[in-house]
Amino acid sequence: MNPLIEAALALLVLAGALFTFVGSLGLFRLQDFYTRLHAPTKATTLGVGSLLIASALFFSLQGPGLSLHEILITLFLFITAPVSAHLLAKAALHQRLPSLAKLPESQEDKSDQGA
Amino acid sequence: MKRWLPHPLFTLMLALVWLLLQNSLAFGQILLGLLLGWAIPRFTIAFWPDRVEVHRPWLLLRFVLVFLYDVLVANLTVARLILWQEPEQMHPVFVTVPLDLREELAISLLANVICLTPGTVSAHLSEDRRSLLVHALDSKDPEAVIASIKQRYEAPLKEIFAC
Repeated sequence: MNPLIEAALALLVLAGALFTFVGSLGLFRLQDFYTRLHAPTKATTLGVGSLLIASALFFSLQGPGLSLHEILITLFLFITAPVSAHLLAKAALHQRLPSLAKLPESQEDKSDQGA
Repeated sequence: MKRWLPHPLFTLMLALVWLLLQNSLAFGQILLGLLLGWAIPRFTIAFWPDRVEVHRPWLLLRFVLVFLYDVLVANLTVARLILWQEPEQMHPVFVTVPLDLREELAISLLANVICLTPGTVSAHLSEDRRSLLVHALDSKDPEAVIASIKQRYEAPLKEIFAC
């Protein structure tokens, strides 16, 4: 394989690893549950994204024909990551987990009144 | 027509996903993909009776491009915050974004987009579907967060789905 392409692939894989690491580091550095949610949803998307681009390029150049499975993985990731973050945040609000930001008034009280 | 082909767009998308899964463009696979794309919406029609209509396809394309760019920026912003910002100096805040969107799909798209873009995670959709609670990672000006969400994401979605 062309050394230039190999270098580009290596760079992509490294960037991917770096961003995934930053995402995990965020879990450790950030202070409360809600801010911690941000790290895995964001920093990891780009990390996994670069890894997938590298994978798609590598297998397209290596094997016969294009390798497009990676597009699907990206698509599923973009659909599932926000949904899980949303549900985790919702569950945390329900439990009234302590937060650095001022917690909004209870959502359950509001819906109880409506019911 | 509506009974037999409830979601034409969904059909096309499922067929495309099937072809990607198979990683092949063989005629048989295209047929099978279309068959699945037709059968699955047909059997799940009870779950979403309303047909989704995209009114401005080109705007949708532009929206996707803006969104991908924002995902990139979001990742860099959050990475910078995690690495260099002292956690004690962050200003996380909850903001309530009033919604103008009425269509369910558009609202879920907006919530998803908010989760993937700079420093915000959607946390709760109010019972009456009129406002979305959003957690911002670092913002001194909650009004600016609301304004940027409304203008950058909600306005195009509103035009695309005409709701």
